[in-house]
Amino acid sequence: MSTDLGGPVSLPAQPGGHGRFAGEPVLSIRDLSVSYRTLAGDVRAVDHVSLDLNAGEVVGLVGESGSGKSTLAYGATRLLRAPAVITSGSVRYHGRRMDAPTDVLQLTAEQLAGLRWREIAIVFQSAMNALNPVLNVHDQLTDVIRAHLTLKRLEATQKAAELLEMVGIPRARLRSYPHELSGGMRQRVMIAMALATDPEVVIMDEPTTALDVVVQREILGQILELKERLGFAILFITHDLSLLIELADRIAVMYGGQLMEIGTAGEIHHEPSHPYTKRLLRSFPSLRGPRRDLTGIPGTPPDLLDPPPGCPFLPRCTEGTDECKKIEVRLAKVRSSIDPAHVTSCPFVLPDGADSLSGGRPAVAAATSQPSTEELKP
Amino acid sequence: MSNQATGDNQPQPAGLVSAAATRGTLTLAAAGLGKDFRLGPGHVLHAVRDVSIGLYCGAVVALVGESGSGKSTVARLLAGQEHPSAGTIWLDDQPVRLLGRRAFRRYKSEVQMVFQDPFASLNPAHTVRYHLERPVRLHRGRQSRQDVEQQAGALLEQVRLSPADKYLAKYPHELSGGQRQRVAFARALAANPRVLLADEPVSMLDVSIRLEMLSLLDDLRSRFQLAMLYITHDIASARYFADEVLVMYAGQIVDRGPAEEVTQQPAHPYTQLLVKSAPDPDNLGGALREVAKRGQQGGNGSVNGSSSQPAEGACSFSNRCPFADDRCRAEAPPLLQISSSRAAACWRLDVAAPSVYAGREGGGDVTS
Repeated sequence: MSTDLGGPVSLPAQPGGHGRFAGEPVLSIRDLSVSYRTLAGDVRAVDHVSLDLNAGEVVGLVGESGSGKSTLAYGATRLLRAPAVITSGSVRYHGRRMDAPTDVLQLTAEQLAGLRWREIAIVFQSAMNALNPVLNVHDQLTDVIRAHLTLKRLEATQKAAELLEMVGIPRARLRSYPHELSGGMRQRVMIAMALATDPEVVIMDEPTTALDVVVQREILGQILELKERLGFAILFITHDLSLLIELADRIAVMYGGQLMEIGTAGEIHHEPSHPYTKRLLRSFPSLRGPRRDLTGIPGTPPDLLDPPPGCPFLPRCTEGTDECKKIEVRLAKVRSSIDPAHVTSCPFVLPDGADSLSGGRPAVAAATSQPSTEELKP
Repeated sequence: MSNQATGDNQPQPAGLVSAAATRGTLTLAAAGLGKDFRLGPGHVLHAVRDVSIGLYCGAVVALVGESGSGKSTVARLLAGQEHPSAGTIWLDDQPVRLLGRRAFRRYKSEVQMVFQDPFASLNPAHTVRYHLERPVRLHRGRQSRQDVEQQAGALLEQVRLSPADKYLAKYPHELSGGQRQRVAFARALAANPRVLLADEPVSMLDVSIRLEMLSLLDDLRSRFQLAMLYITHDIASARYFADEVLVMYAGQIVDRGPAEEVTQQPAHPYTQLLVKSAPDPDNLGGALREVAKRGQQGGNGSVNGSSSQPAEGACSFSNRCPFADDRCRAEAPPLLQISSSRAAACWRLDVAAPSVYAGREGGGDVTS
């Protein structure tokens, strides 16, 4: 399953190249910042975010609308266009078919075309709009296949049929148009299309949000099953934390363009450290177990045109103090956790209150925004 | 029950008492409601069949089901937007007859609707002020301009959009999804309704905002003693928000009862499927992996969505039901009473939900 070997590693690529070494993340986003240039000023939608995706891993990216989660994913794959500008960072991709890692942000347009879909594929949010209504499923699938793989026409048709069957749609539906398919089937076609070229990373942007719970569950089960079989890694973007806890290996919580917490699904569920994560966990009704008190999160997300100083969650945080206005948001290891990869941006959740609240806040001050192992070692 | 519709026209099958009835008096009721859509010569879609429902003052009834199950059609029938093909609707014991614009408008000022998509339900060319002042003028009688404006402001305060002045001049595109849905609530309240039909009012919104919106709805319900219909596909939110839950499948109500009972002890196999499909954080991937494994074995008809249709006259769930037997495939079960407030439409309750079946009142054979 997960090849997560603790914290992200930042070793240089091996010269000569024997492909990726064990434990090296397949996609490594470092210090990425994306701004939208508007007449009123820069909207910093993604603010110095670092995130790793290991081979075969499901990483969930959760946040409210406007938290920057989609911008992060599209920025990392360079799918954004003006007025969005990537202002800092690097995105290192190292696929198993590649000798050495490349920085996605430095690629030429031609190189990008080779990377997209072949290596990194995306399942877009709304399957209703992502499929072309005037082309049938066959034409759309073979279009992708022939653009990225060197296959003859008949072979491409054969491959398209196999892909459809792989996602549980009978071959006979190959000539169907999108309007003849149900919402769930359309989403399956989108998934088949993303997997057409055997990519190593699949970014899924709210792939099941518009679907029924029953269909949603079937599709998620199928995604996991395909992932086991084909071995791709998934960056799963959603605002539904309850779903992620069940689906993902690791979860990154995003708020106001910044990461608030990263941990395994179990850690996020049972030992959430950031107040925002805690509030998120208490904001969905549960079907099982006793009825809990639900609180929701009063207030609105920060205006990223003019972000508040310090922690972006402070205006909605019930545990915040004046200190929070002064902090710089940085991920640091959660002290109470034995897992060095469980990191949080809230310095006030550390168990020894005195030590964390007074002056220096050593644990936080020592760490930079990258939770790499070297920096986190005592 | 003293406040049920009189005569043989009852919002529930005989003897069944709604869990919502304890909250207040029966306001809007429907019995035997049906709606057919003619799709072509000889081809009729029975979108809603024999639905009976009672909305009580100050209580929430949830209608849960998958897309295409007919739950929105029920709301549209109750709202008077569609004419039922069968059945009757009562407002305060009076049969509803919507002949002419005046009767329709009078009905509308009692029964209002909130739609799912706040991006589509507000006119992008008009300000919030227009959206609120128009229904105030239409439903609250002639009054001075200042009065109208003052009431529009008060409506915004009621849905916790303050200061009202700031929002009145805004266009929908200047508002977030949650704010738009609040405006939609305020617009519905502008008519001073007694019944609010909320068709998936929170499913387009962020998870973190949903709860706040539901608590706002709950607040409005208790403040104005609204009789509320809450349509959703999220059965977990129905557990928290509703008094009574009705589960709909293929146009029919298949399971109904007090919210906690239906969600904790689902009787109908479809309700069980719904409950099983809800995310379960405590399971940490276990249940999903199971789905993945099952999918691998293949042959699951429901997965590809093209499974065979149930035969004419059969139970509509029989083609997806793990408990279906010959009787299910030949004869559709009526809503069978389990307790004073609980009923399910299933022949095989004894196998599908043994604990519910064992706990039923009377102890007689359900399949009488």
